[in-house]
Amino acid sequence: MSTASRLMMSALSLLALVLVWQVAAWWAASPLLPGPAAVLAAMMRAAEGGALQRNIAITLARVAASFVIAMLLGSAIGIALGRSPRLNELFGPWVIVLLNLPALVIIILCYVWFGLTEAAAITAVSINKIPNVAVTMREGAAALSRDLDEMARVYRLGRWKLLRHVTLPQLVPFFTASARSGLALTWKIVLVVELLGRSNGVGFELQTAFQMFDVALVLAYALAFTAVVQLIEIGLLQPWERRVNRWRR
Amino acid sequence: MSAIGIDITGKQFPARAGAPAREIFRDFRLDVAAGEFLVLLGASGLGKTTLLNIIAGLDTDYRGAIRFEGAPPRIAYAFQSPRLLPWRTVLENVALVLPSGAEGREAARAMLADVGLAELADAYPERLSLGQQRRAALARAFVLRPDVLLMDEPFVSLDEASAHRLRDLLRRLIIRHPATVLFVTHDSREAAALASRIVRLEGTPVHIARDIRVDLGAAERGSPARLQAFLVAAGLAEPEALSDEV
Repeated sequence: MSTASRLMMSALSLLALVLVWQVAAWWAASPLLPGPAAVLAAMMRAAEGGALQRNIAITLARVAASFVIAMLLGSAIGIALGRSPRLNELFGPWVIVLLNLPALVIIILCYVWFGLTEAAAITAVSINKIPNVAVTMREGAAALSRDLDEMARVYRLGRWKLLRHVTLPQLVPFFTASARSGLALTWKIVLVVELLGRSNGVGFELQTAFQMFDVALVLAYALAFTAVVQLIEIGLLQPWERRVNRWRR
Repeated sequence: MSAIGIDITGKQFPARAGAPAREIFRDFRLDVAAGEFLVLLGASGLGKTTLLNIIAGLDTDYRGAIRFEGAPPRIAYAFQSPRLLPWRTVLENVALVLPSGAEGREAARAMLADVGLAELADAYPERLSLGQQRRAALARAFVLRPDVLLMDEPFVSLDEASAHRLRDLLRRLIIRHPATVLFVTHDSREAAALASRIVRLEGTPVHIARDIRVDLGAAERGSPARLQAFLVAAGLAEPEALSDEV
């Protein structure tokens, strides 16, 4: 299928979803299930004073900060564990414990220990994400090609060249996989962190709307934010993936 | 170019996955003169690759010593598979072994022209045929101007015509950039076509069964019948064995 017809199919599919929603709203005829028009109106109202844009920007900044921290630390930990069986024996179980610790527990502990601060919020989100990244990257680092490593040693490539031309390109598929699942996980956890301990951001606004049973505003924020995340995926992640994969047949 | 003194007093493969421990080398000595094209001939699984890996410094788990005459040599190694980086272009793969910069890229481009890959410099290795990938691996080895060139069945799994062309190319490159070559193969015809000296290895642990000087001219090396006659005279082939030895 060409890009144009694929886009067309996606658009039609989404349009069908909106129609189903509209029919359900008519049938329910309740303020607790507003139709697309009502949600759009709520979105416009929230955007008028700039509140919607401001809160989305604040949440995105938190997502970006914790995402970058988690990807960097998680990759470093994962590569170290993947390269050294010794380290993996010592610290592998720690990663599993962290992986299975509920997000909510980590958030509560961070707020209790570090106070209701920005740093605590971002730390909590990062810690939630780090073990996922570490586990994926560990898999990649353990599967590095011995053949290419020997080639690099014979030709004395040096540390920097080895990392840049031999090691990192082999880890790209694992990095992309954890970046993709990471972005989705991170922004969901950021909303919880905001709900529990921040006084701005999309999560905080959702909580306010929830307390007033303003379902239209809840949906307005949810849809606007989802759209932004989709744009990041299409505009940033996918082109980057295409670029690093251009050597494949 | 540098002479190499190989003296391996012991090398074992440890027992692994049901296979018993195996002693590959015991008191193995081999002296290679500077500029020699030495072909190591022997059956698969004998330890020829292990020997190259020890000389290359990739395998350090042995007793003994490898001595190079003079300054530490620049070593290039053409492996059994081309071992190119699939995510770098052919040109980048060749330039990789040189110091970064425009000078290295120019040298790499010139070397690619020498091996007949000028047009494919910006292609990715997976788009190349196996023969072309092996040419690229040769370019990467020679662009370094190596003193010692190790080659581990670098023309295996090619059809005879492509292998023949690559052997011609290798002879031309060696004349232009002389080096001490250790070339591993199990094909005695290939050995006779290239070598200035053939060492036949046998047994466990490995010992030198034959050590033959090869003084053939270019015309003789180009003719299968003359090569066969040489092999028979040297005791490396049976008189009637005209089919490919594999």
